Formats: sequence, C-alpha cells, structure tokens
Amino acid sequence: MSAILEATSLNKTFGAVTAAKDINVAVAKDEIVGIIGANGAGKTTFVNMVTGWLPPSSGSIKFDGKDITGLAPRKITRLGICRSFQVAQVFMTATVFDNLLIALGIADSHGFAALKPLRVADREARADAILRRYQIHDYRDQVAGTLPQGIRKLLDIAMAMVAQPKILLLDEPTSGISIEEKFGLMDIVMAALKEDGVTVLFVEHDMEIVERYVGRVLAFYQGEIICDAPPAQALVDPKVIEFVIGDEPQGQMMRERAAVQGGAQGEASDA
Amino acid sequence: MNLALTILVEGLGYASYLFIVSLGLTIIFGVLKILNVAHGAFYAWGAYFCAFLIGEFSAMGVSDLGTMIAIPIAALVVGIVLGSAIERTIIRNLYGRDEVLIVLATFGLFLVLEDVILLLFGVDPYFAFQPTYAMPGVQIGGIYQDGYKLSMIALSLVVGIISWVVLNRTHWGKLVAAIIFDSDLAVAMGINVRRVFYVVFVAGAVLGALGGAYIAPTISVAPGFGVEVIVLSFAVVVIGGMGSIAGAAIGALMVGMLRAYAVLQWPEIELFVVYAVMAAVLIFRPEGLFAPAKARKI
Amino acid sequence: MTHSMDRTLVGLTVGFAVVALLGVFVLPDWLLSQTLIAFSRALAVVGLLVLWRTGLVSFGHALYFGLGAYTVAMLGRELGITEVLITLPAAAVFSALVGFGLGFIIRKYREIFFAMLNLAFSMVLFGILVKTESLGSTDGFSVEQPTIFGLGTDDASVKLIALFLGVCAVGWLVAVLVHRYLGSVLGSLTTAVRDNEIRVEYLGYSVAEAIHGKYVMSAALTGLGGGFMALALGQVDPESMVNWTVSGELVFITILSGPGSVAAPFIGSLIFELLRTYAYELVPYAWQLIVGATLLLIIFFLPGGVWSLISRLTGRRDAGRPESSRPESSRGEANP
Repeated sequence: MSAILEATSLNKTFGAVTAAKDINVAVAKDEIVGIIGANGAGKTTFVNMVTGWLPPSSGSIKFDGKDITGLAPRKITRLGICRSFQVAQVFMTATVFDNLLIALGIADSHGFAALKPLRVADREARADAILRRYQIHDYRDQVAGTLPQGIRKLLDIAMAMVAQPKILLLDEPTSGISIEEKFGLMDIVMAALKEDGVTVLFVEHDMEIVERYVGRVLAFYQGEIICDAPPAQALVDPKVIEFVIGDEPQGQMMRERAAVQGGAQGEASDA
Repeated sequence: MNLALTILVEGLGYASYLFIVSLGLTIIFGVLKILNVAHGAFYAWGAYFCAFLIGEFSAMGVSDLGTMIAIPIAALVVGIVLGSAIERTIIRNLYGRDEVLIVLATFGLFLVLEDVILLLFGVDPYFAFQPTYAMPGVQIGGIYQDGYKLSMIALSLVVGIISWVVLNRTHWGKLVAAIIFDSDLAVAMGINVRRVFYVVFVAGAVLGALGGAYIAPTISVAPGFGVEVIVLSFAVVVIGGMGSIAGAAIGALMVGMLRAYAVLQWPEIELFVVYAVMAAVLIFRPEGLFAPAKARKI
Repeated sequence: MTHSMDRTLVGLTVGFAVVALLGVFVLPDWLLSQTLIAFSRALAVVGLLVLWRTGLVSFGHALYFGLGAYTVAMLGRELGITEVLITLPAAAVFSALVGFGLGFIIRKYREIFFAMLNLAFSMVLFGILVKTESLGSTDGFSVEQPTIFGLGTDDASVKLIALFLGVCAVGWLVAVLVHRYLGSVLGSLTTAVRDNEIRVEYLGYSVAEAIHGKYVMSAALTGLGGGFMALALGQVDPESMVNWTVSGELVFITILSGPGSVAAPFIGSLIFELLRTYAYELVPYAWQLIVGATLLLIIFFLPGGVWSLISRLTGRRDAGRPESSRPESSRGEANP
C-alpha cells in the first residue's frame, strides 16, 4: 500500500505540555479515518500540524511522498490538503454564493490572474453546482453570518473542497449540530466527498458517527496514538474504552443538551 | 553631573503627570478594551476646571496653599460627572463593535469636548499659579528645584501605590484582574461586567482629570493642549504594554527621560524620539514591554 | 453582473465629465479651487477605502501624503523638474516604494496596532521635516510653477483650470481602475480578509501578501493625492501635509464617504471641504465640534457613510457592507 499521507515520529510540545508524542501514521488513498480522543488528547494538534497551522517540534509529514513538514497552510492547501473547522470559518458578511465564488476565485487564480474579474459565468455556474451538491442552494443569497449552525458547517466544508484536494481533514463536523440533524448532515457530506474521490480524516467525539462512516480509527490519549484499528475492533479495545469512550457519555450528554438549547455552547468543547 | 541631575529631575517631573494620565488610559484599555482618545479631553477639562476654581478661590481670599483644594475637586467632579455621562451615553453603546471604529468614535467625542471647553471657558488662556507659590523651592545637588514639581513626583508615587494596592489587594481589584485576564470567563463566573466597566471608566476619567488638574498651575491653560498629552500617553501605554500599571510607569519614565534629554541636549530629535521608540517597541514587542498575562485562546 | 459593473463605469465617466464641464464653464474660481483640493484628498481616500474594506484603518497616511507632496516640490526645487507628467507619477512611485518597505513590518499588525504604527511612522517624518532647516522647517517652501508637456503659465486662473481638469482626469482613471480591481479576485480579498483571515489562508492565499499589496496601493494613491495637493496649494509645509491632523482628516473623509463605492471619496471630500469652509465662516470656534459630532452621528446612525444614502436613493446594492451589519466577528478569535 502506498501512503498518501505519512507522519513519522511527530512530536509537539508547548512549554512543558506535550500535545503530540511520537506519532506514526500512514494513510492510504481513499481511506476514511476517524480520529477520536478526549478533550486535550491531541486530535486538533495533529490536524493543525498536518495542515501547517502549527509546525511540529520534531518529526516529518509526507504528502504523496513529498515532505511538507512546517510549510505554511496556504502552501499545503495549494498542494492538495484542505480542512474544515470545528467552528465554521466562513466570510460572515458575504452571501453563501459569494463565499463560494471567492473560494473558487482563489483556487482558480495564480499570480496576476487574480486581477481578473471574480464574477464570470463559468465560475458562477460552478458555485451553483457546488451549492446544490451540498444541498444549501436554498440559502444561496443569505448572508453567511445569519445562517443556522448546520448550514454554516456545510458551507465551511464545501469551501474546503473547492480546490479539489486529495486529502480533506474535517475537525468535528458535527459539533454544535443538533442530534436530529447530525446524520443528515454527515450523509450529505460523505456523499459529496465520495463523488470527489478524496481521502478523509475526521476528528469526531460522537461514536455513532465514527461507527457509521469510518473505515479506520485513530484513538489519541495524551498526545499519543493508543489504538489504530478498524472501528469494530477499536471501539471495543479496553484502552480506548478506558481513556476515550469512558469520558464520552457525559460529554455527549452535555453537548446534546447544548445543541437542544440552541447549539452555540457546544462549539467550545475541544479547547 | 549637574546636567544629568537636571535631566533626571525634569524627566521625572514630566514622567509623573504622564504616568497619572496614562494610568487612566491603560486601565480603561485593559478592562474595557477601548482605546479612549477622549481621555485627552478629561485631562483638558480637569486642567480648565481646576484653573477656573483656583481663580475663583483666590478671588474669595483663600490662601495660595488653600487653593490646592481645587485640584482634587476638579479631578473628582470632572471625572465623575463627565466620565459617567460619557460612559452612559456613548461608550456603553460601543461595546462589542470594531476596535478601530470605537477609537474613531472616541476621537469624535474628543473633538466635541475640546470645542465645548472653548464655548464654556472662552479662547483666552487661564493662569492659576497660586499653588506653585505656596511650595518652597529646594536645593538638590546645588541646583534649585521647583517644589511643586517635586510634589507632583510624590503624587504620582502615591497614585501608583494606591492603584497597585486596589488592584492587587482588594475584592474589586480581583474582579478587575479577572476581567483583564479573560472577560468571557468573568461573565461566566457571574461577575457584573457592565458595572465593573462603568466604575473603571469613571476611575480612569478621574485619573485623566487629575493629571490635568495638577499640571494646570504650572502652565498657561490654553486651547488644544489636550492633543499632545493624548498622543504621548498613547505612546506611554503602547511602550509599556496596554493594560499594565507597571508598564505605564516604565513607559512614562522612558518617555519623560527621553524627552527631557532631547529638549536639553538634542533638540533636533525632540519631536519624534518618542514616536521612534514607540515604533521600535511595536515592531519588536507589539504587546508592549510589560503586557499583562492573557488567557491563551487557541 | 457585468451589466451592473458597466453601470458604475458609465456613472463614473458621466459624473467626472459633468464636473469637468461645470468647472470649465460654470463654477466660480473659489469653488474650482475647493474642488481641486477636495479631489486631491479624494485620491488618498480611495486608497484608504481599499484598506478600510480590508478592515484596516491607518492613522498615519499623512506619511504618504507628505512624501508625495514633498516629492513634487523637491523635484522642482532641487532638480528643476516641473513637468507634472514626471513629478506626479514620481510622487506615487516614491510613496509606493516607501509603503512597500514599511509594508513588510506593517502587514503583521491589525486594528489599533496597525493604526498606531502608521501614526508613529508618520510622526517620525513630521518630526524630521519640522527640524530640517534646508526644507524650511515649519514654514516649508513654495512649489515651482508646474508645466505640462513643457508648457507653463503665469495666469493663475488658467493654471487653476488646468490643474482642475488634471485632477478630474486622474480621479476618473483612479476610480475606474480601483473599481475594476475591487471586482477582481484580488479585490474580493478585501472584505474576505476582513471577515476571516484563517479561511483566506486555508483557501491558499497569503493574507500578509494580500494586505501588503493593498497597503502599497493605498500608499501610491495617497502619494499621488499629496502631489496634487502640493500643486493645488503651491506650497508644502509639515503642518498641512504631514501632521497627524492630516491623517485624521483623511480617515474622517473615509468614514464620511462610506466604503460602498469608489465614487464616494470624491463626494465625501467635496462635502468635507464645503462643510469646513462654511463652518469656519459661521461658527469659527466650533469646527472641531462639527467634525466630531458628524463622526459620532455617522458611526452610530449611518455606518455606510454618505454613499449609503446615495445608494438608497438610487436603489443600488451596497457592495462593501459596513462594519455594523457584521453579524458576529470571527477575526482573531477563531479556533482552528
């Protein structure tokens, strides 16, 4: 198996705190990998290192055989690794449509080509097509800051996909989403991603989601990977039960309550 | 040697009133996250009102020393009345808006307040030197030193110590420290942030007015003199670190000494040395030399 | 979409043509002169508008205004170059170069730090100019008679008309170019950067480079405006070209105009100039009060500036939404 993403001996420390410790992972093309772990276990740190937000303290990250360790996020994006965010990162004052147009415009343009008009028929047609695929076309002309949480998350993921990356990292796609909505949202996302043929890594707290969508689980505990196995095996692993899932019911309950109350508080879960 | 002493005393005198004014500015920024340009107006109002009161008291036959009572009266009246009025009408409606827009709004407020002074007090300068006559001069190292200036240095020390004690040793100070550290968390802990904001704003305004009131007897109080102090106290606060008392003290000392040195020794750089230092600090340590600890939000 | 863009271009062309014709055939000299001064400032304000749409306000663009003005004046005095086709572009280019250099530092800062660092740089130039005897220190010095294609004139009103037509032509060109720029992909990275820098980085564009480019552009336009101002006043001095009050005026006009259109700065500058003239005549001691109160009223009640009134009247959509309509800001606190 040839790995599309390969992390070797990855370490990250913040002062005295070790956020990642000797992480070794190889992900094959078209895999769908779930990353689980309690708060502060190092999941988001891992995502941040792969996408260039944080440089690792030591170790290397290879993408398609090319060393990308410590590159800036925009360079990694251009190479073909994109991400979505736990708290949707969209252009709050622009409409949903304009959000996608800008995203497409940046993906299309290199150097002075960025001086060409943003609004051209071809790009507008593509933006509309993407909105339909993610089933948010009804919100096309709504300003992003006024969107419901779930729609904003879909927009966030759609924007991450405009550059047609080879790898997509989703950071808690269902956080802040009500329990009734989460499967609907994940179905839309997974169908769209499958169509594009992208390798997916996603951080998730919700074991139901993990069980249903992923082919492989990475369980983090105190910056280390304590289990790397298919979900059927990983979710019954005693270490995973003790250090990851054991923490979950309470967190789950709290997040569900938050979601029912309006969803806003749930965002703060993974600090 | 004498020159060094002169620079030291001049610089300290200069630093002392800058410190008092900057302290007000920095606690408002630290707590409310508002860079209050209108602070220069508190300073100007304090000076005008104080000069006016000294004139009135003197005409009533109060002794030169006795007229000094005008200083705390002016600081408290201007700080509390004007500070409250502005917090209630303008500042309160700006919380949560874009930082730069807030600066612009307080700039607008500053311009309005400056002109209202002209309408109230007229365009002619005020002189109120009486308190300086009451202070005997002192010989230090063979050089005659103005007693009033020395008293200003003493006052700034007292103000600094009181502020430190209030912020570090009282219940109120702990509330304020909690808000400076992380205002969201403070809200979550059930602190009435609005109320703390109000009190801090008024306290800051009193300090601004006190700086003006105390300097009033040493200068001719004339239109437009709030501008210089506001830009300089910005420099002080930026150099020291926004929201830090120790930073305001160090920043004021640096700016005071640099200016005293430039005025006496190197007049070519007098006008921009402070800005050059401010730019250097922003470039190499944008959070300032003594920025208070902040909650990391990553 | 192309339709509405054409409409703006047509509007700009007609608008500037009408102003130019009015200037030549109808307007009295004093109004001509005020329009010239107003449009010189407007060139700078167009640059500040680009920054403002990006969420950045500079309290120190008098630096570039002064650099442009002194470039024009010194080319004439030191080298005897009075040809405006050389001096004005030189003003823009020199300001742009300084902006490019300082931009490497300034692009790291946002909000008040951005504003104050610009202020600090501009005040350093102010301090140097005030103390430089050879440049006339506080008095400054006068600008040589300008020429165009080698032609000059001693007739004050001919010179005024020529400069007026010049500023109209350059104003039109700048407005059209900046309008096209704002409609480009790079132009969309104004409000996009203001809204969410993290997303821009993760779409594959460098926020620092985007800001740097816009900063250089604003420096060039402000330098050009300063160059025109030097010609309009026939005199350069630190107080009226480089002091922080000049930066304050430019920011005030930007807020007054609103970020909605490249035409707004020209209208806003004209209102500012007329307001100032009449305010000085009617209430000499309350000029600051009027400016301050206007600033407060706009911030509280008309965040889109004068342009939002105009666009409301003509039923246009306001392209650069004002800050206050932002539902919530995610800048700087985002949690990747």
